[in-house]
Amino acid sequence: MSRYDGKKIVIIGDRDGIPGPAIQECLKPLDCEVIFSSTECFV
Amino acid sequence: MTNPVLKNASYILVHAPDMIVHNGTTATVEKKTNQNSEYLEKLRDSLRSYDEVVNYAPNQVFIGNRTPESLNDLAMPWYTQPVKGDRYGKFGEIMPQDEFICMMKISDVFDLVKLSQSFTTELKTKLANHKLFSENEINLLKEGEPEETILSLVVDHHSEGIYHDKKLVGCVKKAHDFDTNLNAHVMFENLVAKASGVLAVKHLMAQTDISFDEVEYVIECSEEACGDMNQRGGGNFAKAIAEGSGFLNATGSDTRGFCAGPTHALISAAALVKSGVYKNVVVVGGGATAKLGMNGKDHVKKGLPILEDVLGGFAVLVSGDDGISPVVNLSLVGRHTVGTGSSPQAVITALITQPLDKGGLKITDVDKYSVEMQNPDITKPAGAGDVPEANYKMIAALGVKRGELEKAELMNFVKKHGMPGFAPTQGHIPSGVPFIGFAIDQIKSSELSRVMIVGKGSLFLARMTNQFDGVSFVMEKNKSENVCAENSGYDESQVKRLIADAMRKLAENLTE
Repeated sequence: MSRYDGKKIVIIGDRDGIPGPAIQECLKPLDCEVIFSSTECFV
Repeated sequence: MTNPVLKNASYILVHAPDMIVHNGTTATVEKKTNQNSEYLEKLRDSLRSYDEVVNYAPNQVFIGNRTPESLNDLAMPWYTQPVKGDRYGKFGEIMPQDEFICMMKISDVFDLVKLSQSFTTELKTKLANHKLFSENEINLLKEGEPEETILSLVVDHHSEGIYHDKKLVGCVKKAHDFDTNLNAHVMFENLVAKASGVLAVKHLMAQTDISFDEVEYVIECSEEACGDMNQRGGGNFAKAIAEGSGFLNATGSDTRGFCAGPTHALISAAALVKSGVYKNVVVVGGGATAKLGMNGKDHVKKGLPILEDVLGGFAVLVSGDDGISPVVNLSLVGRHTVGTGSSPQAVITALITQPLDKGGLKITDVDKYSVEMQNPDITKPAGAGDVPEANYKMIAALGVKRGELEKAELMNFVKKHGMPGFAPTQGHIPSGVPFIGFAIDQIKSSELSRVMIVGKGSLFLARMTNQFDGVSFVMEKNKSENVCAENSGYDESQVKRLIADAMRKLAENLTE
């Protein structure tokens, strides 16, 4: 049981930090639904 | 085959306060969506003067008057620590807005830029004092237009106003009645990219012993697109800048890759030189008006001045081996491929350690890494953190993971192999390339022997792919002299003996 179980997830990644697809990949084994994932560029 | 070398690099800034208000996307979008916003109300009072911009330490680093490391001695925020700055630096200059507006007019070959008579008269005198402008160029300003004509072009004919000191001093006309890719706004942006590119090339050619006629190819690597409704990014800025710079024997093309564009362009230029296709290639990138004041809302909200108030530009000359300038080692090129993945570890592996592994090198064998060199004075208040430092920490962490660095040494690595960010957030301008000028000097003087240039680009912003991008290359000390010496069988001690023998015989003859 993790804190993400049954949750809907919105991911906003950072190009020079952790990008969206990498966070999404980490969430794959968990029982949650990624409803939005994006990577932002702040520079 | 010759070894490609990076001979010279130039860096320019243009103070553009009125363009923040009228042409930067943050301000223009705000005007369309929230006309009475507090930000717009405070924007004008948050602009810095030209002197403040010149005396801003990171800007002095960018044009070569201070080293990046000197910023470590200044307390942050740096905008509160003015230094004694100069307009001109070793690598270029910080041009005031009014003179740059004239450069837009000089760079315009379709008579789209109209300047008022009074502004033209005043600026002709001012520009005549600039050592890099010829009389012929100044004559291209012509006599100017009546102010009513300018006003009518803006109000009645969809021209984009050119403002200086809050006054309308000119405009850029649309280049077609219906074509959105040739409208006045796009033409304004493209003329700014072209003119700032030409300015960077002027400073590059002022430094080098290569003549204008010897430049055979230009690669332009900004983030703008020029074209018409049938070919939006048809191109090309490169040949336009080559023409504007007087490279009569050059053609060119544009290379794009968001912020990674310059590093892609430099690798291509080095490959063209190494293969013998061209002897001298200029890589150039002009500035972006759209990004002026990009993080301005956060800056104003926190009581800071608008720090994104300069356009940036750079140019690098890539030539055949001269025996002195740093060599681009094309066997140590890194690239983020489609299959690399997006995790920080995968990205740093692809860009940093994979190329180093090709040469049997460790992470610590590179003296300096030039990564995303955005000025943290700008990015930290906007919530984007210290971007170069984040990149250095990721490189160091990979070094620890590979057993090439002790964990306790991580921050020492950041300090020793990195540097503080000092470049304006002009997209492609801060990405990898800002340190090349210093790297050329410091490798030549043997302070450094190996520098890695890393460019990254946010391709996902164009909504064609979710992919990010990045490429890297290594600059190394030129060892051609040693290679020549070894090949020639030269033996220094033997030569000394021969000279000593000759001198002894001469002395004996004189005494006889």
